[in-house]
Amino acid sequence: MTYSYYPGCTLKTKAKDLDLYARKSAEALGVTLEEIEEWQCCGGVYPQAKDEIATKLSSVRTLNSAKEKGQDLITVCSACHHVLKRVNNDMKTDEDICLRANNYLQLDEEYKGETNVIHYLEMLRDVVGFDKIKEKVVNPLTGKKIAAYYGCLLLRPSSEMMFDNAENPTIIEEFIKAIGGTPVVYPFRNECCGGYITLEDKELASKNSNKVLASAEGKGAEMVITACPLCMYNLQNNGTEHDLPVVYFTEILAEALGVK
Amino acid sequence: MSLSINYKAEAENILKISGVNPKKCMKCGKCSGACPAYDSMEYHPHQFVSMVQDGDLEKLMKSDAVFKCLSCFACIERCPRSVAPGKLVEAVRLAVIRKQGMNRLKPEDIPCMLEEELPQQAIVSAFRKYSK
Amino acid sequence: MQRIGVFVCWCGSNIAATVDVAAVAEAAKLEPAVAFATDYQYMCSESGQSMIKDAVKEHNLTGIVIASCSPRMHETTFRKTAQAAGLNPYMVEIANLREQCSWVHKNKEEATEKAIVLMRTAVAKLTLNQPLIAGESSVTKRALVIGGGIAGIQTALDIADAGYEVDIVEKKPTIGGKMAQLDKTFPTLDCAACILTPKMVDVATNDKITIYSYSEVEEVKGFVGNFTAKIRRKARYVDEELCTGCGACTEKCPSKKNPNEFNMGLDNRTAIYIPFAQAVPKVPVIDAKNCIKFKTGKCGLCATVCPSNAIKYDQEDTFVEENYGAIVVATGFNPIKLDEFGELGYGQIPDVITSLEYERLMNAAGPTKGHVLRPSDGKKPKKIVFVQCVGSRGQSCREKGYCSKICCMYTAKHAILTKDHYPEMDVDVFYIDVRTPGKNYDEFYRRAVEEYDVNYIKGQVGKIYEENGKVMVQGSDMLGNKQLTVEADLVVLATAIEPDETARSIGTMLTASMDTNDFFTEAHAKLRPVESPTAGIYLSGVCQGPKDVPETVSQAGAAASKVIGLLAKDKLVGNPCVAGSNPLLCNGCGQCANVCPYGAISYVEEEVRGPGVREVRRYAVVNEAVCQGCGACTVTCPSGAMDLKGFTNRQIMAEVDAICK
Repeated sequence: MTYSYYPGCTLKTKAKDLDLYARKSAEALGVTLEEIEEWQCCGGVYPQAKDEIATKLSSVRTLNSAKEKGQDLITVCSACHHVLKRVNNDMKTDEDICLRANNYLQLDEEYKGETNVIHYLEMLRDVVGFDKIKEKVVNPLTGKKIAAYYGCLLLRPSSEMMFDNAENPTIIEEFIKAIGGTPVVYPFRNECCGGYITLEDKELASKNSNKVLASAEGKGAEMVITACPLCMYNLQNNGTEHDLPVVYFTEILAEALGVK
Repeated sequence: MSLSINYKAEAENILKISGVNPKKCMKCGKCSGACPAYDSMEYHPHQFVSMVQDGDLEKLMKSDAVFKCLSCFACIERCPRSVAPGKLVEAVRLAVIRKQGMNRLKPEDIPCMLEEELPQQAIVSAFRKYSK
Repeated sequence: MQRIGVFVCWCGSNIAATVDVAAVAEAAKLEPAVAFATDYQYMCSESGQSMIKDAVKEHNLTGIVIASCSPRMHETTFRKTAQAAGLNPYMVEIANLREQCSWVHKNKEEATEKAIVLMRTAVAKLTLNQPLIAGESSVTKRALVIGGGIAGIQTALDIADAGYEVDIVEKKPTIGGKMAQLDKTFPTLDCAACILTPKMVDVATNDKITIYSYSEVEEVKGFVGNFTAKIRRKARYVDEELCTGCGACTEKCPSKKNPNEFNMGLDNRTAIYIPFAQAVPKVPVIDAKNCIKFKTGKCGLCATVCPSNAIKYDQEDTFVEENYGAIVVATGFNPIKLDEFGELGYGQIPDVITSLEYERLMNAAGPTKGHVLRPSDGKKPKKIVFVQCVGSRGQSCREKGYCSKICCMYTAKHAILTKDHYPEMDVDVFYIDVRTPGKNYDEFYRRAVEEYDVNYIKGQVGKIYEENGKVMVQGSDMLGNKQLTVEADLVVLATAIEPDETARSIGTMLTASMDTNDFFTEAHAKLRPVESPTAGIYLSGVCQGPKDVPETVSQAGAAASKVIGLLAKDKLVGNPCVAGSNPLLCNGCGQCANVCPYGAISYVEEEVRGPGVREVRRYAVVNEAVCQGCGACTVTCPSGAMDLKGFTNRQIMAEVDAICK
């Protein structure tokens, strides 16, 4: 199983752990991740306006690289996944955006959304299978009460992301069970941490992050896991009223698989 | 902001680039019931819908509310009429920052915001949201 | 040669304002077959009709074209006029100058030109018309009612009252439907059981009514007046004849932990059970999936304790076949499933319940004996929040596009009853709009606000979550321009309703049309609201659209009166515009039978004689009594053998030629 892999900027700098353990775990699970050459930043946020074309081009280049290799594209970071998946959807369904983006890019062959964009978690569930992971676990996180933090970007809008039930998701809870932990279901697992607002309104980011952590703590969580570096930052640095440890899901996967 | 802004034209363009049809709104307020930034916004998601529809744009464009949206898509996900108020907030914000000199975040602001753990993603995202 | 009269109607200004009616009449006079043409203000009026009759006599007309409104409106009227004038009623053609011309055009010149074409088309068709004689068929004087809720019950009682036999087929073990689950009924607050259960007893004791409970209609054949239905009587493992309803079996049954459907799963029932005390028939049923005897072969306690040897573990499904003249659909509704509404916490938070569950909590015969206690810990709530429009009026895929109509009133009822029992309780209602048209309805809602101090909040709820044992309701207060988070102990969701899941398959079985929401379509939204477009099929209750109890009972009575009107006839006059196959051209390929929605076509192998032909061939034969004249066979037939009387291929080609001239 070989996939094109898009790490994204933050995974090369502040979120090296998210990347490192994603690769190590993939290797342990027999999945080959081939990093896309000369990839560019996805922009971090999906530009919603219909006349935003230039801001989508770097994503199209990435998607096209995967298409040229004939591979599905795997992402780990929630934000990159969100942007790539939605830009891909635009290329597939919005004729105007597709035409204008291709006019800019002048690729050898027009790109029309052919690449299949999948999140690392979807790969774990659908390709490897959580049952298989369970078999490969050497250090099960037995008894550890772990809260999955989905945030916004993996789930919404569900009509485009098609990741899981946006209001009552289960994929990360299933993942936690597979590595031997006990999932803690809490109501704010799909509410926003504040995201980029931390640069505009620290107080608002802090309010949201604290709400998420309070909700997880209230349900007895001992640890929160996430797939997003910005969520990680907000929960750790703005959720100051709580000191729940927040870790990347790939890190505890690597730990469970004994490759950390 | 200059006084020469044609708010009617702005409203039309906002509807066009957002793809939002405010006539579909049934004024249920679910967007505002779901919004995690509600208390930080001078105008709330449901007000964006009716104010853009009424062409009442000056207030929105002059308000900080456009910068408080978290782009969490909760309003878009939960709207029973598929109106997508979040897309409208983004389009109004673009109408503001696309004007000359209206960038909310400038490169020179960045250094003093940097802290050890702040991920690049935050800066890139904020730039995309707040500057043109 | 035909002598045709053309009568152009002004329809007041409806047609005349956009079409030059005199010019149409003048143009008609130029048609070779037209012997007379005129225009008049209201052709359908008595004087208009007299004008037609006089002209037929005076000009010796053989057929008439009425250039007026849609044939759906007045074709029957003018056929009667023609008949009164001594013509065959099928020597009438309608040129639709209103719906298909004046109402859809603005430019008078263009509209007039089109009106002339439409008139010529009708003349061209009429030139080839043949007098047709309608056949007759008999009427089986027995009605079938599918569904035994209040709609089916009322319809059956009214039909029986007129002296006709009625069978009710109910898929559940008892009749009573949703109304049996309700506590009180708005706006008068009389107890649902007190007004429903006597009717259930009336049904049971009426010698004209047969109840097939725990049964389903499996197959329907035939046509208006002459339906045959096959009814599956599901094995209930209890002999209805022998059982006395003593209940000894249900007391002794050791399998006690099965969710009680009647109480919306809020408590448990035994594997052999009677849904509720007033069930009709009061005969238990064994839920084989949860019965220990069925699962393990051991137990058999119910058979041991039954004093009348009524328990029959070896009972199997049986079938009944019966003939009916009319069929009434009364399949009712269910609340929608809320799995996709995770943000409202239903299914995740035990103290978030649906309105129907709340009905059971308030009902004295319910799981809490009528005390409002929260499901999580059995404690009395201090604060209850009601959320309206859950799943109604939406446009996204998880919502219904329509207003469920009953929720505003039952929520006001819940709020009033709650405050009446527990004045110290706090009650909030989140609403989008309060819709209470109906006699004494708005007054009822106002009482909730003014007398019972119910706090109505204009806004929808964005998220419901649990925090420290409280149910937190985050929603908007649009009039107060605030986002609220209300700490509640119990939340009740006014859940949208949808047609019962069996409606679609029953609709298909009956060839009765449905809308995209699976509500049955009426023959005319205003003028024929209780009839399906399929002859002999009638609609009663929520299967046609959301309704409350008073409206359902009215409609049930209306459906019954239509059924009685049908059953009172000894003979039905058929539609002579039916298909027929020409044996000389038919090659017996079978395609027409495949597309016939009414099963009207069969094949015979008989000798065919014609010019140069004399051989035994397989060819199609149409049962004229069953054929509805839809024409699907005529367009499917590859050899041109199939033709439709009154709409022959030649006539249609003549119309096309007239348009293209």
